[in-house]
Amino acid sequence: MLTAEEKHRIDHEISLVPARKNAGIEALKIVQQSHGWVSDESLQDVAEYVGMSTAELDSVATFYNLIFRRPVGRHVILLCDSISCYVMGYEGLRDHLYNTLQIQYGQTTADGRFTLLPNCCLGTCDCAPALMIDNDLYRNLTVEQLDEILSKYT
Amino acid sequence: MEKPLTQHIVPGRKPLSLKEYEKVGGYQSVRKVLQDMAPAEVQALVKDANLRGRGGAGFNTGLKWSFVPMGPEAATPKYLVANADEMEPGTFKDRLLLEGNPHQLIEGMIVAAYAIQASISYVFLRWAYKLAAQEITQAIHEAYKAGYLGKNILGTGFSLEMHLHTGVGRYMCGEETALLNALEGKRANPRAKPPFPQVSGLFGKPTIVNNVETLCNLPHIINNGAEWFRKLGLTEDAGTKLYGVSGRVKKPGCWELPMGTTIREILEDYAGGMQDGYLFKGLLPGGASTDFLVEEHLDLPMDYGAIQAAGSRMGTGTMIILDDQTCPVGFVHNLQHFFAQESCGFCTPCREGLPWVEKILLAIDKGEGKPEHLLTLDFHTKYLGPGNTFCALAPGAMEPLQSALKYFREDFERHIHEHHCPWSKSKAWQPSI
Ligand SMILES: Cc1cc2nc3c(=O)[nH]c(=O)nc-3n(C[C@H](O)[C@H](O)[C@H](O)COP(=O)(O)O)c2cc1C
Ligand code: SF4
Ligand code: FES
Repeated sequence: MLTAEEKHRIDHEISLVPARKNAGIEALKIVQQSHGWVSDESLQDVAEYVGMSTAELDSVATFYNLIFRRPVGRHVILLCDSISCYVMGYEGLRDHLYNTLQIQYGQTTADGRFTLLPNCCLGTCDCAPALMIDNDLYRNLTVEQLDEILSKYT
Repeated sequence: MEKPLTQHIVPGRKPLSLKEYEKVGGYQSVRKVLQDMAPAEVQALVKDANLRGRGGAGFNTGLKWSFVPMGPEAATPKYLVANADEMEPGTFKDRLLLEGNPHQLIEGMIVAAYAIQASISYVFLRWAYKLAAQEITQAIHEAYKAGYLGKNILGTGFSLEMHLHTGVGRYMCGEETALLNALEGKRANPRAKPPFPQVSGLFGKPTIVNNVETLCNLPHIINNGAEWFRKLGLTEDAGTKLYGVSGRVKKPGCWELPMGTTIREILEDYAGGMQDGYLFKGLLPGGASTDFLVEEHLDLPMDYGAIQAAGSRMGTGTMIILDDQTCPVGFVHNLQHFFAQESCGFCTPCREGLPWVEKILLAIDKGEGKPEHLLTLDFHTKYLGPGNTFCALAPGAMEPLQSALKYFREDFERHIHEHHCPWSKSKAWQPSI
């Protein structure tokens, strides 16, 4: 069930476009903001609300890297695995994250604290290697800095 | 040296507020075009300035605008979109403009919108640019309040709405027709052309998509004239350019320099040369989808013509350096992994070909390559090249590969003959797919 507030925000997006279904992605973003991810049920609710079939909306949802169709942890780590970060040694960061969090790409820690995902270029290649946790960008990273950074997120 | 685009950007400081921006001459170009110029005059001036699109392809901006239907018969509303997707690996120049001076972009967008008589505009911003999103939201708000956006701007009868749209992550969203699909709430597959977006774009209406850096040049061209702009460049290409360098150089970064500054100057004077202990081996001049250049090209001017004559493209002007301690096969493998992941899957050569290329490169990288693999890679560079796929993603992906096979073929062969990576102290790169 979409909450009244979600509906209100989706209605605003709908008001900006010619047809209700043009607001499909925006509606998914809104739902993801409140739940962290888009469950099958939420997807169905949104599809109904914007007048799309579930399959059609799902084909849109799964196209985009940052619409999550599976539950994620309380914090999402996006590690840049693109070329400048590769040259500057992002693999060390990845291995350290694998070891300390005991997870691999696509997985969530047992305590539900972190999900680790590879991400393409974060657009800060002059400060490589880089990663993002939720909305926070970390640049010019070394492995030594990682533990302290992680400790900020509970 | 004049630096119109970045003169008011101070790293680490908040961008100019509207009031501060007005004090240094901000929004004067909006007054000028709205009060004194006809849309056709604006188009002609920008064409005459020889402003070429900074999003990668380098098409003349005024000429591109001239394909938009004008006059009372033209379909309405018309749209203007600022392409701020910037997801190509190694590219980080628009970020500087977006975070550093959002009012300059808004001003440029009003000028462009007026030139084509668009009444609705979007900034299509990639998801990861959180700070830029904040700054732009604030700047749009200020511009509405001051009457530069909205209905009847400065009492001239011209109206323009502006919205910030943040993407949800897909490299294809940067391709202009795919971007329009994304804005319409669809999968970001590219569209067939014709019809061109100028005639039938967003929601089927005339639309112009311009890169952020392109748009940011407009206020300065309007204020200072076409000839001033042309003279900013050192070669036949006009204006300044944001050049960037990433990789194992002493001072990676992004600088506004005259168009046509040589690669060597950028690398040595601005990026400080290679880090101690690393030697230069090659570079991609303008992002992940451009061909390698090598030592012999270092004295070339970075402009559209010279770089193209050398067999590459200036692209976004943000160079990625390959050093002697990074495996060229691993480097290209990393790039092809990106392209394979980001392929939209719409056409078969790209959907099937890129993962094939990636697998071969992984095998070679791991020391499991066979001599015939190089031939397979060669034919992929041909069959995924221009004209064989629906959009420019796959041909773009082939540029670093084909040039690596040309300049670093020995390194590929050594991997195959020695059955291991000669750089293997840094172990082979293995994506988790
Ligand atoms: C796969 C792909 C991704 C692209 N990404 C971007 C991008 O992020 N930003 C951009 O300005 N242009 C990008 N382009 C180029 C655009 O299609 C288009 O040419 C450009 O936005 C036009 O603006 P301009 O004329 O001002 O250069 C991309 C092209 C392709 C094929
Ligand atoms: S070339 Fe690749 S990205 Fe472009 S349409 Fe074909 S599958 Fe999609
Ligand atoms: S390659 Fe990592 S931020 Fe650009």
